[in-house]
Amino acid sequence: MSKVKMSKKATSIDMTAMCDVAFLLLTFFILTATAKQPEPLPVDTPASTVQTKLPETDLAIITIGQKGKVFLGIKGPDVRKRTLELLSEKTKVGFTKEEIQKFSLVDDFGVPLNELRGLLTLKAADRNQEGLQKGIPHDSLDNQLKEWVLAARTANAELHDKQLNFAIKGDAKEEYPEIKKIMDILQDQGVNKFNLVTGLRTKDF
Amino acid sequence: MAELNTGGDEGGKGKKVRSKKQNSKVDLTAMVDLAFLLITFFMLTTSLSKPQSMPLGMPEKDSKIPPILIADARTLTILVGENNTLKTYMGQFTSPIEAPTSTTYGKDGIRKKILEKVASVPITMNDPKKGLIVIIKATKKSTYKNLVDILDEMAISKVPTYAIVDIEKAEDALVKN
Repeated sequence: MSKVKMSKKATSIDMTAMCDVAFLLLTFFILTATAKQPEPLPVDTPASTVQTKLPETDLAIITIGQKGKVFLGIKGPDVRKRTLELLSEKTKVGFTKEEIQKFSLVDDFGVPLNELRGLLTLKAADRNQEGLQKGIPHDSLDNQLKEWVLAARTANAELHDKQLNFAIKGDAKEEYPEIKKIMDILQDQGVNKFNLVTGLRTKDF
Repeated sequence: MAELNTGGDEGGKGKKVRSKKQNSKVDLTAMVDLAFLLITFFMLTTSLSKPQSMPLGMPEKDSKIPPILIADARTLTILVGENNTLKTYMGQFTSPIEAPTSTTYGKDGIRKKILEKVASVPITMNDPKKGLIVIIKATKKSTYKNLVDILDEMAISKVPTYAIVDIEKAEDALVKN
């Protein structure tokens, strides 16, 4: 009987290639990354099968959640800056240059105009505390959202020479009249086309 | 293979310095672990995909524009009620061509109905250009999800014309029952 010789193989695996791949991927993700911005008002958007991407510029997102709280987010620091400048002139609140500069870095906010200054003095990390921002007033008595929308549209037209697009990002459980109110505010200004931000699902539901 | 040259100067001079032979391989396992950990972290914290959206055009809110009259046989009204209830009828509310019936969301309920009407309306109208018109009326208690679901059905069934209209009192009362 002949002995079956077991060839001795090295038990350690060469990790070099794997290491290379891992770091390649790592580099890719670091370079393509745009960090998720923490949202002051997290909402659970309803799903739809429509796959239209939102534009990245010339966009304002109106977020509605938690029983009618309304937050506004305008894309582009330059547009935000000009928006507050316009609003500052109009309402005579008189925001300082530093405050306007600070505001240009705020992605999403939801406070009445008289509390905006207080919000801007806070650190960025503290702004998103739950319950701190109670939404932009948008009822018939004090329709600040309308003013914001108007200022943002003017600012965008001045700076980019384009119409500002509007997206409505509503919570799935929000009642229809709250959404309707926002649509009405937009329609009163002649904005008849807007995007509804949705999640994705298949047709088979 | 990547090996670290731990040996000393090779072209040494006459006097040989015996460097201790060490294992020249570096264990990369820990490094790979770390790399994958970072990859995972970056994958989870980045938002690569832009959010999806659904374009919606609303009719001009101008009372000066005269209303366009359309045939009753073309209109399907969907009443969106609370707790995910749905009612549909054809024609006018006071004299419906098809009386209001309850239906459900999803492919077995409302979609069947819409698809059926999308196919049948141009035939009854005897004109392929005169397609179905869907009127969506949402009650105060319906949720935003309900509205998006119905708008999504419009997109799936390729309804040529649809509009969101304010609900009337009689219709509201009907949905509540």
